[in-house]
Amino acid sequence: MPAVGRYFCRQKLKFTLIFLGLVLIYWTASRITEFNLIDGFRAAPRVITWFFTNLIPDAKAWERFPRILDKLIETIFMSVMATVTAAVVSFIFAVMGSRTTRINTVIGGISRVVASINRNIPIAVWAMVFLLAFGLSGFTGFLALFFYTFGFLTRAFIETIDEASASSVEALRAVGASYPHIITQAVVPSSLPQMISWILYMIETNIRSATLVGLLTGSGIGFMFSIYYKSLQYKSAALVILSLVAVVLTIELISNVLRRLIL
Amino acid sequence: MNTIKRTAGGRIILKRPSLARIVLNGTVAALILLTAWGYFTIDTKGIALVEAARQTLRYLGVMFGAPWAVASHWGLPQDAGSVQTFFTACRQIVITLALAFLTTLIGGFVALVLGLFAARNLTNDKVSNAIKGLLSVIRAVPTVLWVLIFAIGAGLGAEAAVIGMSFHTIGHLLKAYSESFEELDEGVLEALRASGATWLQIVFQAVLPSSASYLLSWTFIRFEINFAVAVAMGAAAGAGGIGYELYMSSGYYFDMHELGYITYLIIFIALVMEVIAVGLKKRYHVHD
Repeated sequence: MPAVGRYFCRQKLKFTLIFLGLVLIYWTASRITEFNLIDGFRAAPRVITWFFTNLIPDAKAWERFPRILDKLIETIFMSVMATVTAAVVSFIFAVMGSRTTRINTVIGGISRVVASINRNIPIAVWAMVFLLAFGLSGFTGFLALFFYTFGFLTRAFIETIDEASASSVEALRAVGASYPHIITQAVVPSSLPQMISWILYMIETNIRSATLVGLLTGSGIGFMFSIYYKSLQYKSAALVILSLVAVVLTIELISNVLRRLIL
Repeated sequence: MNTIKRTAGGRIILKRPSLARIVLNGTVAALILLTAWGYFTIDTKGIALVEAARQTLRYLGVMFGAPWAVASHWGLPQDAGSVQTFFTACRQIVITLALAFLTTLIGGFVALVLGLFAARNLTNDKVSNAIKGLLSVIRAVPTVLWVLIFAIGAGLGAEAAVIGMSFHTIGHLLKAYSESFEELDEGVLEALRASGATWLQIVFQAVLPSSASYLLSWTFIRFEINFAVAVAMGAAAGAGGIGYELYMSSGYYFDMHELGYITYLIIFIALVMEVIAVGLKKRYHVHD
């Protein structure tokens, strides 16, 4: 069967070309960044040894545990605060930007573009911008998390409203309900569970992002890690990692239970 | 519980107090309370909020008002160097893109192999659960900490950055890949198994060809994310590239113009990639 043969031949050629292309880009990218995979792998045993020698905290690390816990709680609050505040603003922007509920295309377009720009500025950039005026206060991290989360949640909420509320909005519109009624009686009830699910996801993500922002701006749990890391007190640094893992896993667990119940 | 209530005025109230409703309301209330508590306890370090906000607005004005007025530690004079400045910035962007590419490729490869063992229809539940459990622990550690941990073994640089960033890439892609493998028609697998195909033949003749386009668009979406991650790692973990320049211009040189210039470039690249990613998602009906 020549036709089938030709098809497979072409497929093979296509995959070979893609493969060669990837190899070429890989080689170029390695040259540019001076990346060497073998060196990277060589480091792996050292990293694994590091893990096992520092996994169990010593007395000094335990002594610091209350402080670590304190900063950890601060970071959790920061993440929840930024996410919930951003969610409220995002909801307004999503209602304005959603095809189902927007007032007109101009406002819809504007709110989408605003959200898109906010989302596409990496969180590290936000942190560096706010660091200048807000210094080492909690607001630097809060604002950095807030703006990125706002961009992300607006897109997620727009999709949620379009998916979950389109039919009920249409129904209410057909019976002549007013705009505020449509929002409170159709949009909120039908999309709230999905939105809460997104918020929970973002809280979890933001705890990790808050660590990064903390490292950059000298606050929260990221800063604690940075101090111990730079002064080579690896057992304390490992304790920071362990407690962070415990917190993130716990939040993930709670989120999953909540999601199963509300969705 | 009563589901129908009648008020004194004769109004009939229908109520269905379901568990989902109660949990939902409880979650909302808890989130609001935590947020309010957070506002009361935030560490202000004595910063005058209004003043700082006004200052930020002024900075933002300087940053984004005149992006061409970049003079900087790149050692280029303001008037003569605009083209050179542009090339310097582009080189740093290319480094960041290269880091993101290497991470995506290496992470994608590992995720592809592990994903075959994590997909329920290609393996048994025990292996699948073990891999997924391990990955949720790996995902719990922020990327920046992975990079710094690897820097202990490999020194700060591209190796630590790429391998450190690979962990979350593997976590993300493995989930995406194994889910697209699981969507494969069970009948196809059965037919191949019945005709005596080996596991490898099933993977290469049925699983990979039929999910190739999904895999590709997911990988690109991750590449887009990895660009932002690489920017952050440049700033926070010495991975180099545009993120490092960003950190220097904000943290050391306080050069607003340069900060704005770099931000414009980053937004531009990110928007271009988002447009491509949205196109791919639409074409292959991928939902994230």
